Amino acid sequence: MERNELKSVLESLLFVADAPVPLVQLADVLGGIHRKEIEAALEELQSEYETGRRGLRLVEVAHGFQMRTPKEHAEWIKRLYQGRPARMSRATLETLAIVAYKQPITRSEIETIRGVDVDGVLSTLLERRLIRIVARKDVPGRPYLYGTTAEFLEMFNLKDLTHLPTLKEMEEMTVSSPDSESPPESSQQ
Amino acid sequence: MDITVKLEIFEGPLDLLLHLIKKNEVSITDIPIATITEQYLATLELMQSLNLDVAGEFLVMAATLIHIKSRMLLPPGEEEDDDEEGSDPREELMRQLLEYQRFKEAAEELEKREILKRDVFVRSPEPPEEVETIGFDEVSLFDLLSALRRIFERLPKEDVHEVTLEKVSLREKMQCLLDELHRRGRLVFQSFFENVASRLELVVTFLAMLELVRIRALRMTQEEGAGPIMLELAAPLEEVQDRIGNEKIGEEHGA
Repeated sequence: MERNELKSVLESLLFVADAPVPLVQLADVLGGIHRKEIEAALEELQSEYETGRRGLRLVEVAHGFQMRTPKEHAEWIKRLYQGRPARMSRATLETLAIVAYKQPITRSEIETIRGVDVDGVLSTLLERRLIRIVARKDVPGRPYLYGTTAEFLEMFNLKDLTHLPTLKEMEEMTVSSPDSESPPESSQQ
Repeated sequence: MDITVKLEIFEGPLDLLLHLIKKNEVSITDIPIATITEQYLATLELMQSLNLDVAGEFLVMAATLIHIKSRMLLPPGEEEDDDEEGSDPREELMRQLLEYQRFKEAAEELEKREILKRDVFVRSPEPPEEVETIGFDEVSLFDLLSALRRIFERLPKEDVHEVTLEKVSLREKMQCLLDELHRRGRLVFQSFFENVASRLELVVTFLAMLELVRIRALRMTQEEGAGPIMLELAAPLEEVQDRIGNEKIGEEHGA
């Protein structure tokens, strides 16, 4: 397949897909075309959208590729929908951040960090499919362990979990206790 | 009048502590425990007097603060448990606050990303039902309570002789606030309390604001840091009035 045709087909595939399409799946559909070639075509498409200042962008997100509108157009789209906004509260966002960085994590571990009950927030997040139950923890009571979903990556424009913004270190704490003379290793005995 | 308000923007005791620490411009690693405890308890009292739903966690934290405060008074080395000899009684709390703050910041970072259905959109068969997330520049309940406390303090001392049985209904007050905002656009939080004569009216005005925020008729914003708290309509007036018609307002499910 010639490059221009390949780009055209990819564009159609990504237009109809209802979720980010992984590269392997594209390669599968386009059987016989080398992955390297597909990648190159995607890259070209990506920059064409960018430089052509079109109303769409080709974005790599949630382990796949997806067509999205550019941020600058958000206001126009909201006018089109005039939807009643459902909001995400701070409590929800904070809980989601804890799950994202500490997964897999149990409810009570989240509660220890937030200092409040997170029962309601967790069910909201489960309902919105931003988190899911990944396993049970092997401790008494066998509590559920929660982790984030592909929808979470999609919502926050993340390629994968390694692209989460780095968590600020607790350096403030170590700096502040210069007078604790015992090195951390000695606490073993 | 028995109204209990449960707020979605309601946060926990760690949030309140971080708020107080920031407000007093002190460091998490060196908390002036007496001052912070005093302000923490004062805020709880205010919340209770407003019938805000004060969760048990707040009381547990109050107890913890008081416990730390008392341990700080003991000369070093005379503490009950000798394995903690010489350690700072604030340490556990400090660790907890730092840990919590990290994730608060992480949440803020997430919030700044290009969020699907808020900043960027994909082709979808159905219109999105979630268009925005609460911005972190919006006001926390504790900012509001601090502002309210200042207004309480300015209020003339209750005239004991005057018996006014004016009834200020929450629904009416909500309507007043909306009309005012519709007529005048964005307004400063304090401006709604200028002509308030009694404590009761003040409380009702405040609760009306909270209800309006809850049903997303009102948006409160604050410039970075300690700027003035601004109020504005979150949707066109007619739409908001529809919403009030459909919503159960605090007093109706109260007792």
